[in-house]
Order: sequence, then structure tokens, then C-alpha cells
Amino acid sequence: MSITEDQARKVAHLARIAVDDAALPALARELNGILHFMEQLSEVDVTGVEPMTGVTPMRLKRREDVVTTGEMADKILSNAPDAREGFFAVPKVVE
Amino acid sequence: MSDLNTLTIADARDALRKGDTTAVELTEACLTAIEGAGALNAFVHKTPEMARDMARAADARIKAGDAAPMTGIPLGIKDLFCVKGVPSQAASRILEGFRPEYESTVTQNLWNAGAVMLGKLNQDEFAMGSANESSCYGAAVNPWKVDDRQLTPGGSSGGSAAAVAADLCLAATGTDTGGSIRQPAAFTGIVGLKPTYGRVSRWGVIAYASSLDQAGPMTKTVRDAAIMLGAMASVDPQDSTSADVAVPDYESLLTGDIRGKRIGIPREYRDGLPPEIEALWDKGAAMLRDAGAQIVDISLPHTKYALPAYYVIAPAEASSNLARYDGVRYGRRAKLGQGDGITEMYEKTRAEGFGPEVQRRVMIGTYVLSAGFYDAYYNRARKVRALIKRDFDNAFAEGIDAILAPTTPSAAFGLGAMDSSDPVQMYLNDVFTVTLNLVGLPGIAVPVGQDRQGLPLGLQLFGRPFEEGELLNHALVLERAAGFVAKPDRWW
Repeated sequence: MSITEDQARKVAHLARIAVDDAALPALARELNGILHFMEQLSEVDVTGVEPMTGVTPMRLKRREDVVTTGEMADKILSNAPDAREGFFAVPKVVE
Repeated sequence: MSDLNTLTIADARDALRKGDTTAVELTEACLTAIEGAGALNAFVHKTPEMARDMARAADARIKAGDAAPMTGIPLGIKDLFCVKGVPSQAASRILEGFRPEYESTVTQNLWNAGAVMLGKLNQDEFAMGSANESSCYGAAVNPWKVDDRQLTPGGSSGGSAAAVAADLCLAATGTDTGGSIRQPAAFTGIVGLKPTYGRVSRWGVIAYASSLDQAGPMTKTVRDAAIMLGAMASVDPQDSTSADVAVPDYESLLTGDIRGKRIGIPREYRDGLPPEIEALWDKGAAMLRDAGAQIVDISLPHTKYALPAYYVIAPAEASSNLARYDGVRYGRRAKLGQGDGITEMYEKTRAEGFGPEVQRRVMIGTYVLSAGFYDAYYNRARKVRALIKRDFDNAFAEGIDAILAPTTPSAAFGLGAMDSSDPVQMYLNDVFTVTLNLVGLPGIAVPVGQDRQGLPLGLQLFGRPFEEGELLNHALVLERAAGFVAKPDRWW
């Protein structure tokens, strides 16, 4: 499989990273280099093997479904680039 | 006492208890060393006032007879750890100005034990790199130097390695997702321990690849690694993958006796190995044999697929973890043009906030998780990961107690020596280290010798899950037999 310039543009958009059109050929080339390296995995016979999710055979911990923390909106907003009246502020979303 | 900053944790602890020195004196010695080491670019945010306050509190605690082993020990903290009120930006422009309102569990455990915070240490951006070159602060520099070249301290925990090797601190925290503790430790002649996945809490450690990330100590000796791991590790309800396993007194498990233990030598690691590294490996095996261990040839047949599997899985997880950097909740937001909406804000913020390697990995991760490629890449990599794990399960089931392997394919290389247009060339540095992260086992890098130029070379030992005590004991034997005492000549 190999990535075309169009696909590189699509991946950049899915990743929400702005890439100039002029940079797309180099990006496609780099991504192809990495994907080519990954192609080695197709040599391995994985028939009947379950994909591994975690390294320790453990069940994720459960806890009571109760509120344990909160009431700290000011702390949560303290690092925001733009916060107003107790909310995060963003550019207009709806036209 | 002179040169207090050169002490090990164990020696400093003993001197503090005897009253031969104070935490304030130790801290001042480190702060002076840090001030004189700007050329290494290891400390990127210094916290001298915090350090002095913590040192005074430690001295009071020692005086009151309430000292823990880490009380009064000055440490450097990798930038990846959130420390309340202190810039914590994972060496990324996208977290510029971020000051966490909370403390990572690891650093909280260390402060509870009385350790002293000297500052934040350089690293690769979001821990993605093997040379510390992908940092928004510029590269950290290896204190080891043999000609006019500046060498990499390795990565991603390059600042931690440089700081410990140059005696700017007594020890440092690191994190290891694909070798980021062990490779820099090998490049700088120090000890680096990656604990079992789940041994040390990931809470408050800025995430790269959550199924692989694990924090650990970077120290001058194996004994120090045992002491510091004991202070870092805990069972943490804040991290759902933190294991419910009690933390033993690791130092008390250092007996120096490995008679009758079976050490596996994985034959696949010999493929294409440079003769100098192979000779070092053979020497290390002979040292363990002389100490009474049995050396056993073993096979880990899927070894060669670890690197490509890693470079599918880690970017996939990274692309999800790094989705949170959106210019809304913390860090940088790009300046927007007239009419720019929220999508432009995301795209511009991430384009100017992430460096090239992070962008590359996020995009690769996005690609391998996207519809149509998920099975071909991501699921296949996870199946191969299961086979790699099976290799190790089989080896340990056959009665192997530890595995000995090289840490890196070479000694430290020059900064800028890797071709930046071919990222795969850099990835190949991780060939001996990524496997362990894929299988979650503990591993430790120990300095064993020097190459013909005089640069440090290390070997690593892998252990059974949650058996860090036994692993450290094997490492102690290797450390003693190797007798590595060389230090870099001061040029900075």
C-alpha cells in the first residue's frame, strides 16, 4: 500500500494538522517510508491469534459510580488560552 | 564534604543520617553544578527556591528522626511529569505556559518521601525520539565527549541521563515507552530501570502511548535504583492500570547472590550485531557465569517484528492521546485569521504547536487507525504483539530467571548525525529496547564497558513481571563484576 498526496492531505485533515499543499509530496514520501517499514508485519502468520490489548491479564478496576471530586471550575479553566464567565471560549462553531 | 553532588543516593542518605551533611548543603551543591552546566541543556525549568524550601523541610524531618530513604535527596524531574505550579510541557510548544493544578502520583510519592525538586529536565517532545533532538528547548547534550563533536545523551529521557551522568542531581525520573530510560542510561554510563507495566502509576505523567508508558528511576548505581523505585512505586486508585501488588523493600532484596539462576541469551539478538557490542554481551554473560549463574541459549523467534509492531501501536495510541491538544483547554492557541472557525483553530494550533516528529507519529497513528487500514496495520500489529509476548512467556515457563541482552546497537552518536529525512533510521536505535515495552516486563540498563573511543556501553537485563527485586539483584552482580567507574571529563 502506498500513500498518495491526496491521501496525505486526508490524513492530515483527520489528524487536524494544517499542512501546506507544497509540503504534501514530502509528507507522503515520509509516511510511505514508515509504512514500508511496517510491511514486514505481513510476513507473520497470525492465524488464530487474538489481538493483544493490555500486557497484564487483568480486569480493569471497578469503583462505585459516585461523584468523588469536583467544584473546581476555576482550576480547570486556569490554563485555558481563552476562558470567559466560567466557560472555555472557542471561535464560532455554528454559521 | 566536597562535591556533594557526586554522591549516590545511598551514600547521601547515610551521610544525612550520621549528620555529616545536610539536605540544604546537598541541594546547594546540585544548584551550583546546574548553574555551571548550561552547555548540557539538561535542566529546562529550574526551581531553586522550591528546592531550598524542600531541603530545609527535609533537614527538619531528619532532625526529628522521621527520615525515609529519599529524605533530603535532590532530584531532577523529566518534563513529562506534572508538578503542581511548575511548567510541565513535555518539551512541546503546544503546552507552552501550562502550569498543572495537580501533581503526578510519582512526584507526589517522592515529595512525601522527602525528596527535593531541583527542576524539570529536557526530553524529546512528548517522549517521541531517541536523541533528545525533538525538544522545543533544543537538544540536551551528552556530558561524554571524545572529540569536537557534541554527542546525544539519547532519548527520550536525555536530559535526565545527562543530568545524572554530569552529577547535576543525585538521580532523576525518566519514562520508558520504547527504551526512553534504558537507551539514554546506556549512552551516558548510568543505570536506568523500566519497571513492570502497572508497577508505577501513570497518573499525571503526560501520556504518549498508554499501553507502553512506564516511569522509572535513572540513577548512578543499581542500589540507588532499588531505593528510588521503592519511593516511586505505589498502588494508585487514580490509575486504573496500576497493579494491586504490594511494594517490597527492594534494597533489602539485593543479596548479590545469583548462584544457580538461569540467564537466557536470546540468539535472535545476534542478527547483524556489531562485533564490539557482541563482545561486550559475551563478556557480560561470562561475568554472570562466574558469579554462579547458568547461561542458557534461548529463542525469542518474533524479535525482528517488535520494531515494526511498536511503530504501529505507539503512534496509534499517541494519535488518540494527543487529540486532547486542541487549543481550548490548556497550552497554546494559534492566532486566527478573519473568518477562521473551530476547525482552522484546531489545525493551525496543532500545526504550529507540534514539532515534525510528533506530527509524523500522530499522522501515522491516524492512518493505521482509519477505516480500511485498521485491520491491515493496527490489528495485525496487536496480533504480532501477542506472539512476541508468547515468546517471553515460553522462555520464562522453561525456567529462565532473567534475560541478558545489549541495550543499544552502538555507543552515543553525534547530535544531528541521523538523517532527518529518513525517520526509520532513528527508529532502528530502539531495536533492543521496544520489545520489553510491548510485553510489559521490567528491564534494567547497566553500564558494563566502554567502546574503543572511550564512550560508555551498556547491557540490559529483563526480569519476570513484578520481580524487580530479583532483577535488581542480577543487575547488582553485573554492576559489581563490570566495575564501571569511568566519569565524563568536565568540558562544560
